[in-house]
Amino acid sequence: MSDIPLLKVKALSKFYGSRIGCQNVAFELWPGEVLAVVGESGSGKTTLLDCLATRLAPSTGSVEYRMRDGQFRDLYRMSEAERRFLMRTDWGFVHQNPADGLRMTVSAGANVGERLMAVGDRHYGKIRATATDWLGRVEIATDRIDDQPRAFSGGMRQRLQIARNLVTNPRLVFMDEPTGGLDVSVQARLLDLLRGLVSDLGLAAIVVTHDLAVARLLSHRMMVMKDGHIVETGLTDRVLDDPQAPYTQLLVSSILQV
Amino acid sequence: MPTPLVVSDVAKSFTMHLRDGIRLPVVANVSFSIKAGECAVLGGPSGAGKSSILKMVYGNYAVDRGQIIVPYRDRLVDVAAADPRTMLGIRRDMIGYVSQFLRTVPRVSALDVVAEPLIARGVDRTDARDKAGSLLAGLNLPERLWSLPPATFSGGEQQRVNIARGFITDHPILLLDEPTASLDAKNRDVVVSMIQQKKDTGVAMLGIFHDQDVREAVADRIIDVTAFCVPNGVAA
Repeated sequence: MSDIPLLKVKALSKFYGSRIGCQNVAFELWPGEVLAVVGESGSGKTTLLDCLATRLAPSTGSVEYRMRDGQFRDLYRMSEAERRFLMRTDWGFVHQNPADGLRMTVSAGANVGERLMAVGDRHYGKIRATATDWLGRVEIATDRIDDQPRAFSGGMRQRLQIARNLVTNPRLVFMDEPTGGLDVSVQARLLDLLRGLVSDLGLAAIVVTHDLAVARLLSHRMMVMKDGHIVETGLTDRVLDDPQAPYTQLLVSSILQV
Repeated sequence: MPTPLVVSDVAKSFTMHLRDGIRLPVVANVSFSIKAGECAVLGGPSGAGKSSILKMVYGNYAVDRGQIIVPYRDRLVDVAAADPRTMLGIRRDMIGYVSQFLRTVPRVSALDVVAEPLIARGVDRTDARDKAGSLLAGLNLPERLWSLPPATFSGGEQQRVNIARGFITDHPILLLDEPTASLDAKNRDVVVSMIQQKKDTGVAMLGIFHDQDVREAVADRIIDVTAFCVPNGVAA
């Protein structure tokens, strides 16, 4: 792991009128590090994710990202075009609902290939070969390359969304409940796949989830949110095995044992 | 070379916020150090806090007070106060841990479970797998099991996977939480000789062994944990 962070978040807050979305969030994320943000619905974790991923302008605070040239840039002082370029090339965003992250009426191959074209690839044969390779890596049979995701199961759609996000070799991936809404067996397969890809590619990732088992399996580090505030942070296994904050103890003690 | 592990004046309690904030003291004034090539064994009855001490050293449990000092990257780091990123680095390079139970990940083969800590340190995948195979063979785990995920293995088989995973690296500090609990006599002897080999290469070990034969075979010193116990309700 490098000694320079990839992302620096300082005093980040988002208010909806007088309501708190998230308040005074600060942390740093390093290359290769997977950070889980956990909490119940309404805790502000999705607001935080959206503020980090430039999908929602924060009310105060700053988010600085280390560009490929090594310079830190404040995301909210960039032009809209620069932010969009970053989002298309250096970042990925995996939505809970694959339909939000895929184009449902173009083929699986085109869904993956489109991201490559956005970063300047023009050679059809190469794009198709890369798309085929990525479908294989996310365990989608390559004879489905010309099918539309509409014809895919939920688990396949989610894997396709992951391929679409990772094909440009991003350095940072945001994930919003990546296994939410999937059957348990499909979840396990997806988690295992994500875990392998994240470690093989050395990706940094911020994963929002309400599922502590997902956080345990995927993340190195964890932040627990409640009412828009971070109530506890630490190594994932420390937070789960020896929770300190009252709210974290409540969350951990509420897990059903199988 | 500095002493690999120095624990000084460490205290641990659990505060149960869901039970009106009751405070359960576990241990206090824990102080000891372990030299390179030494195997110290934590002694005392169940509930005395032996596992808690191991977990604090590994950064898995928070520490109320005191210091746990390990050398890391040419400096001394206090595990009790280390940030998560430093702790992950210490786990990768300095402190190995053989837990009592294997936390299995779906679909990952036994061979890859064992090879993973080496791969995390940048060792070539094929070499790491070769070494994993030779460790599993040494622990008499049948080769037909190597490509299977260990979730369905017996307790003894899982434990051997766990031991191989913990012993595959050359971490200078190794924590052993009852690594022989579910093993038969033959495999217990294998583990005893593996511990001896680690000693010979200068690894500092801190362990819990309930099996008296194993304890006598490996322990250079017993650390009596009852000396650190806090009488109920009067935690310092």
